Amino acid sequence: MDYYFQTEQICVGYQGIPLIENITIEAGKGEILTLIGPNGAGKSTILKSIARQLALLGGIVRLDGQDIAGLSGNELSRKMAVVFTEKLRTEMMTCRDVVATGRYPYTGRFGILSGEDHQAVENAMELVHIEEIKDQDFTKISDGQRQRVMLARAICQEPQILVLDEPTSFLDVKYKLEFLSVLQELTRKKGLVVIMSLHELELAERVSDKVLCVKGKYIERFGSPDEIFQPGYIKELFEIETGSFDEENNSMELQPVQEKAKVFVIAGGGRGKPVYRRLQRAGIPFASGILFENDLDYPVARALAAEIVATEAFEPIPEEIFGAAKRSLDDCERVICCRGKFGAFEQANEKLLSYAKENGKPVSFVGK
Amino acid sequence: MDQQQKRRQRYIAACVILILGVVVLMILNICIGSVSIHLADLREDETLRKIVWDIRMPRAFAVLILGGALALAGYLLQTFFHNPIAGPFVLGISSGAKMVVALVMVFFLGKSIRVSSAAMIFAAFFGAMISMGFVLLMSRRIQGMSMLVVSGVMIGYICSAITELVVTFADDADIANLHNWSQGSFSGMTWDNVKVMAGVIAVTFCMVFMLAKPLSAYQLGEVYAGNLGINVKLLRLAMVVLSSILSACIVAFAGPISFVGIATPHLVKKLLGTAEPIWMIPACFLGGSVFCLFCDLLARMLLAPTELSISTVTAVFGAPVVLWVMIERKKRK
Repeated sequence: MDYYFQTEQICVGYQGIPLIENITIEAGKGEILTLIGPNGAGKSTILKSIARQLALLGGIVRLDGQDIAGLSGNELSRKMAVVFTEKLRTEMMTCRDVVATGRYPYTGRFGILSGEDHQAVENAMELVHIEEIKDQDFTKISDGQRQRVMLARAICQEPQILVLDEPTSFLDVKYKLEFLSVLQELTRKKGLVVIMSLHELELAERVSDKVLCVKGKYIERFGSPDEIFQPGYIKELFEIETGSFDEENNSMELQPVQEKAKVFVIAGGGRGKPVYRRLQRAGIPFASGILFENDLDYPVARALAAEIVATEAFEPIPEEIFGAAKRSLDDCERVICCRGKFGAFEQANEKLLSYAKENGKPVSFVGK
Repeated sequence: MDQQQKRRQRYIAACVILILGVVVLMILNICIGSVSIHLADLREDETLRKIVWDIRMPRAFAVLILGGALALAGYLLQTFFHNPIAGPFVLGISSGAKMVVALVMVFFLGKSIRVSSAAMIFAAFFGAMISMGFVLLMSRRIQGMSMLVVSGVMIGYICSAITELVVTFADDADIANLHNWSQGSFSGMTWDNVKVMAGVIAVTFCMVFMLAKPLSAYQLGEVYAGNLGINVKLLRLAMVVLSSILSACIVAFAGPISFVGIATPHLVKKLLGTAEPIWMIPACFLGGSVFCLFCDLLARMLLAPTELSISTVTAVFGAPVVLWVMIERKKRK
């Protein structure tokens, strides 16, 4: 295979002490490779080593087949641009000035910009939509804008590979999406390779072609998002002890109330989720049913309910499941029904509601 | 593009103002003194011509050159440490240079050997590098701009104490001379001095100017400079050596002069409206010249015929600038 970016068994660390060893990864043109992993696992260390900011303790980083150790500073800067978490120091510089620093590898001895350079600066600013702030002082703009200016600066450098360390961490959701969209545009249109670390797992799963999981002395896993986001893996990678992470839906839930259920929630069709969460916030343990396993409520109930009665999707509800639901309901003090109208395949839930009423359980209704 | 052109015009205007300032102050410095001189009188009067040619002109040129060098050294140090209140005086570099020069002078004068300008510069450079070495060691261990300056001031005190000790043990005849010099003064400059300093500082200035581009990348921070292909270590070494040469040259000829190095870069930056090295380097030099010419004029005029020490005057104008810079920074945070 022909990969633009490759590492061969690189070993990274500080002051000669290896932190992570034997990293062999690769990415082709137009691919986005994302590093995920717990805080302090060494994501930044890997990125810094790839960008030659830190000396490698072993192994080779190749760009286009060439060992980057053999490139001059200028050659490397024409191939690779970075956006790191270190703040850019500026003094009396407008956003345009900051973007223009990306042209540095292309200017002459005194760094005077040519017409071509000015054009590249304008194009880069247009690409990340910062034309309206270009004459403002870099220190006086918002975090979201600043990050986009930094991206424009990197783009201006006309690299083949972009290395970004947690580029979206301080952005709000609008800017996160916008930022990643620009990265996608760059990979699609210009065939750029993007290597970055992300804290937002849901975004990592969506935007990445490849994901590298960083934890411990060796690389945990490296592969496509669907290979990485296997049920249970994120909990293991991040050593999640309280609460849970659902890899399939990429959502997290807080710690369930681990006591015997006091409330039974008749749910389905996504109506149960807000009720579950309200109960969790109030610290009331609950049971829920009868849910089809493909229901929107199902993963949330699995994360939060003390007890759950579920059945296979696309099949009628079997009698023994109904029985289990009745037993579970018997143990509860109250019932909350989130279903206003019962469909043809959830007659069992309707029967369950009547059963509750017959047995004198207080029933409250939520929603229509 | 319009905005860009406007800024360019401002830079050029600022430089023109500074050049005019240098010219006007040069003329004033030559004409004003214990004997005031009209340019028209020069043709007739031999004594006046002597005063102008042998005393005032070399002194004015020395102030112009050394003032510029001082401001440039301050600018380099501020850039190097990313510290707005760094300068050759507060970091103890001037005092280190002064110490070694005093040692050398006392040693050679004791043997009745005249010390050449070049030897003085070498001695001062050696002393500057010693102090710089200490400051660099300290800067690895301590964080924060004020702590660095405090350690620099301490180094300066130690060096000054040693200098005082040496001066005390020197022969009586030398003391007056040494004492005067160790306070900082532009008096007694000869054309030979001016030639040497002009040569050394012209070469150093050109070298600093050649660094304008890497310096602009270095200002962004080491990480980004590295990514732009700069050899940061080499650049840092160059900055240390060049700023030490500049500081050494000043100390060798005029002794330690305070506040010009810290204050001028800020004033010039405000005047230019940019921190771009390619403009800052020449403008800073001119700014330092203007500042020192002005202060030297006052030093000679205020209590004439007695001369004030130059540092007294530079401190009066420079120290408020430093305070203002610190308050501005605080406000921004």
